Amino acid sequence: MAVEKSLAEINARIKSGKVVVLTAEEVIPLVREKGVRQAAAEVDVVTTGTFGTMCSSGAYFNFGHTKPRMKMSKVWLNNVQAYAGLAAVDAFLGATEVPDNDPLNSIHPGEFRYGGGHVIHDLVARKPVSLRAIAYGTDCYPRREINTVITIDDLNQAVLFNPRNAYQNYNVAVNLSDRTIYTYMGVLKPHMGNANYSTSGQLSPLLKDPYLRTIGIGTRIFLGGSTGYVVWQGTQHCPGLTPLPEGGQLVSGGTLAVIGDLKQMRPEWLVGVSFLGYGASLTVGLGIPIPILNEEIMYWASRSDEEIYAPVVDYGLDYPAGNPQPLGYVTYAQLKSGTINLQGREVPTAPLSSYPRARQIAAILKDWIRAGGFLLSKPVALLPSINEATPLKSLQEKEA
Amino acid sequence: MSPKRVVLRFMAETADKPIIYQLIRNYDLVVNILKAHINPHKEGMMVLEIQGEPEQYTRGLEYLRSLGVTIQPLSQDVHRNETVCTHCGACISVCPSGALYLERPDMTVNFDEDKCVVCLMCVKACPYKAMEVRF
Repeated sequence: MAVEKSLAEINARIKSGKVVVLTAEEVIPLVREKGVRQAAAEVDVVTTGTFGTMCSSGAYFNFGHTKPRMKMSKVWLNNVQAYAGLAAVDAFLGATEVPDNDPLNSIHPGEFRYGGGHVIHDLVARKPVSLRAIAYGTDCYPRREINTVITIDDLNQAVLFNPRNAYQNYNVAVNLSDRTIYTYMGVLKPHMGNANYSTSGQLSPLLKDPYLRTIGIGTRIFLGGSTGYVVWQGTQHCPGLTPLPEGGQLVSGGTLAVIGDLKQMRPEWLVGVSFLGYGASLTVGLGIPIPILNEEIMYWASRSDEEIYAPVVDYGLDYPAGNPQPLGYVTYAQLKSGTINLQGREVPTAPLSSYPRARQIAAILKDWIRAGGFLLSKPVALLPSINEATPLKSLQEKEA
Repeated sequence: MSPKRVVLRFMAETADKPIIYQLIRNYDLVVNILKAHINPHKEGMMVLEIQGEPEQYTRGLEYLRSLGVTIQPLSQDVHRNETVCTHCGACISVCPSGALYLERPDMTVNFDEDKCVVCLMCVKACPYKAMEVRF
């Protein structure tokens, strides 16, 4: 008889302390030993985790009104500009924003010491942050300038809002050109001297529920060390499942928009980063619980690194030209072994997302659920699944 | 004697002196220059691997000190801040000597200071600024 469980049943088991939770790593050998059906009957929840750099992250704030009142039109936090075109004392700070006086890449490869992601990290670490704002002055908001210092606890609201996180899968980056390049996929040596990848593979949230059967608007998640929620499909959301020439299937393209109370988050799970020659960003710790409602969900949740493929893309020529045709496909097991075979050559690999941290996130989420403090939420709406999303468009140049 | 790695720093007055030649000729030391740099103020920094008889090694270093050269074991120079490192692995592929490597199957990043050649590529490549230089 097929296994069917409801979310309400699983939540009842969480409340009664009888829930069975395994991490996405732990469930792999269980399914190999007992089969999908038996494992689906035994296990209620599988926890996932990922800890990697996620651009398209940011935070919005309400600073509180000044005396006299002020309609802030430009705002800087630690000299990093936040977008203030929202309201009088609201602003949104993007993770990749860099200071006005940063030399950027004028001396290539530029060192990006500090940016929006670092400001968010410093706020979460409860460090003092300088706030400068200017305004043009109005009858109801006469003040024109303020220079002060804030901490996150001084703010009325500080909310992490990330329009695109938790990429389902990502490219393995190589460089076929004859010069070293500096990318968001790290330093890439010429002539395919190295290959960098950035997904936690068998622990990665959207790889373990590729059809998004359980993850949707309202899904409660681990975000930055606290509780967060999925609020929408992420930008560039376009999940797909493609059969590969070598066998196997490529799952890719799904993304999530997520939100959470920045004041509750912790600095070890939300870290500002700088990539040489590329820019600043934010590393986000994110974990999603997958309720095992049936065997199909368990099947996908138990896929291992040997069964999960990533495309290899040339960042030397193809990617910057906007023509990212895969050079081939490799499994996460191959990537994690330290070398992959590409076009007859052994290429050393390195990760950019932390597998140990991803493992920790899955374990923390497991503990939260087992302790009864983290109930699973039923999405109020599911996100577009495989082949349901509108294909991504590229930007066309037209005469104005 | 097994090879020892040291970092030399010298002032502008010493930068034009053939100190390596003297180490080899007068003290019979095998010297391998791993890194050498002179800044615009003509102050120099050199990372050496030195091998030779212990007595000669000691005398060779005394000679360098007599010229005002400061000598520091290499392992004191590059340091991994373990509270900052997230074990992402971005440093692995840029490290030319294998000093930074992944411990499998845990996928944690390890740093073998004895293998470090102070190229400082890890310092530039680490997104978290976990690799630090102590001069």
